[in-house]
Amino acid sequence: MSPGAPGAPVAPPVLALERATMRFGGVVALDDVSMELSEGRVTCLLGENGAGKSTVIAILSGVLRPSAGRVLLDGAPVALGSPRDARARGIATVYQNLALVPLMSVWRNFFLGQEPVTGRGPLRRLDARRCRSESRDALSTMGILMEDVNRPVGALSGGERQAIAIARALHFGARVLILDEPTAALGVRQAELVLQQVQHARERGAAVLLVTHNPAHALRAGDDFVVLRRGRLAARLAGATVEQLAGLMAGEG
Amino acid sequence: MVAGAPFRSGAGAAAVLNAAAPLGILAAPVALLMIAGEFDLSIGSTLGAAGMTLLLLTQHFGWPLWAALLCALLIAGGIGLANGWLVVRTRLPSFLVTLGTMYVVRGLTVALSRLLTGRTQLSGLDTTPGFDVIRPVLAADLGPVAVAVAWWLILTAAAEWLLRRTRFGNWIFAAGGAPEAAREAGVPVARVKVTLFVATSLAAAFVAFLQAARFGGTDALRGEGQEFRAIVAAVIGGTLLAGGYGSAVGALMGALVFGMVQQGIVITGIDADWFLVVLGTLLVAAVLFNDWVRRHAEAGR
Repeated sequence: MSPGAPGAPVAPPVLALERATMRFGGVVALDDVSMELSEGRVTCLLGENGAGKSTVIAILSGVLRPSAGRVLLDGAPVALGSPRDARARGIATVYQNLALVPLMSVWRNFFLGQEPVTGRGPLRRLDARRCRSESRDALSTMGILMEDVNRPVGALSGGERQAIAIARALHFGARVLILDEPTAALGVRQAELVLQQVQHARERGAAVLLVTHNPAHALRAGDDFVVLRRGRLAARLAGATVEQLAGLMAGEG
Repeated sequence: MVAGAPFRSGAGAAAVLNAAAPLGILAAPVALLMIAGEFDLSIGSTLGAAGMTLLLLTQHFGWPLWAALLCALLIAGGIGLANGWLVVRTRLPSFLVTLGTMYVVRGLTVALSRLLTGRTQLSGLDTTPGFDVIRPVLAADLGPVAVAVAWWLILTAAAEWLLRRTRFGNWIFAAGGAPEAAREAGVPVARVKVTLFVATSLAAAFVAFLQAARFGGTDALRGEGQEFRAIVAAVIGGTLLAGGYGSAVGALMGALVFGMVQQGIVITGIDADWFLVVLGTLLVAAVLFNDWVRRHAEAGR
């Protein structure tokens, strides 16, 4: 089962960027960058503001098409036409705004846009009981115990909200999870909660891309590290120290 | 309560319900639309247009009653569709778009009825062939109350069920609460809004039919001010002006408060001018209260 088991055929990375370049007019936002996301591994994408992190997210989540280079899904080239297309192929992106509705309950948010229904004809209705129990279960497998899923999402902590967004993506079949600065606006405890979510996602076999500019958070959760600097690949590492990562990001590597 | 005794009497209570019913029928879909984050200021004008269409077609053009009813419904639905389409396409505030439609539709109604008949009030619906068929549905009395009260309760229950118990209801909350998040989650926000604009317009046409059937005629100015009253009723009932939260049952309560204040002032013989003072005060108090509830809901419990 473990991907590195001896004798097991080596599976291609779930999602890969191959020599991707992105130009906006005369500006090169991403220059010949390759990286890979593998099943059950957390790849951290590090870089200062403007290093090209957002461009990588946009390409992998189907928002942008690279000017040159390819995206490979399970080893085969793929054209991600839109975020919806990417999601249908199992690539879920959780942005900082989280796509949650603050005044709506946890269970209503969890199933928003994909609500299960019961009954026929004019009596077709939300299967609220199933929504409640499934959202509660999905959160508990992520280590979040929430008795009252009727609470509005706005009443939850930042970490809990992030957890709902992650749990929702996994529940609806995401194999690749792209997290855009999930710990950026959070305090120490809340950030810790989110990093635990990342571990849960990895244990469930998801290929996680954790985008951050915090080397400590990256080391706490990551297996592989990709550092970008001014649109170029500065380093690809399987292990590092905080000082090493910070140095690479700043350009001392 | 100043007017406790008259309300406890059967006749007083019936008068309150009868006064509240037409407003309540408008307020239920208006609440849903507001929860979805939009306003419809044109329903008063649509009400006038639908009533006048019905009377013009039956009295002036000699159309059969059923065809005139259908045509008036189609016109109202068309106004709703136009509102919704304009709001979704232009992304202008619906407050402005429907303020425009409010004037256009009212102007057209008055101008056309004057042009065609030389008058702005028409009567004779109650002697039109076929009226006996629609009388029990639109103009009957159920004991002390008008049949409109039953429609009010039925439509409110249906709206509440739609809101709380269906996918569409989930989408209504999301469309008003966080439209971008809703779109990202795959909610057809535009379709939700357009549908609700059509619903408010159809409700306005239905109220026009109820009133035309009851009074046997209509006035081109009928429905004036009802758009604001429906919004006030929804807000008094707990619907947020900013969208994202509210209920149809709350709108029913709001309409009931309206009826009570109105009838209370009539029964106690207080000058009707005070009606507006009470109403305005209630509205501001309700907005403050709603905002407080919202902040409470978001901040914990």
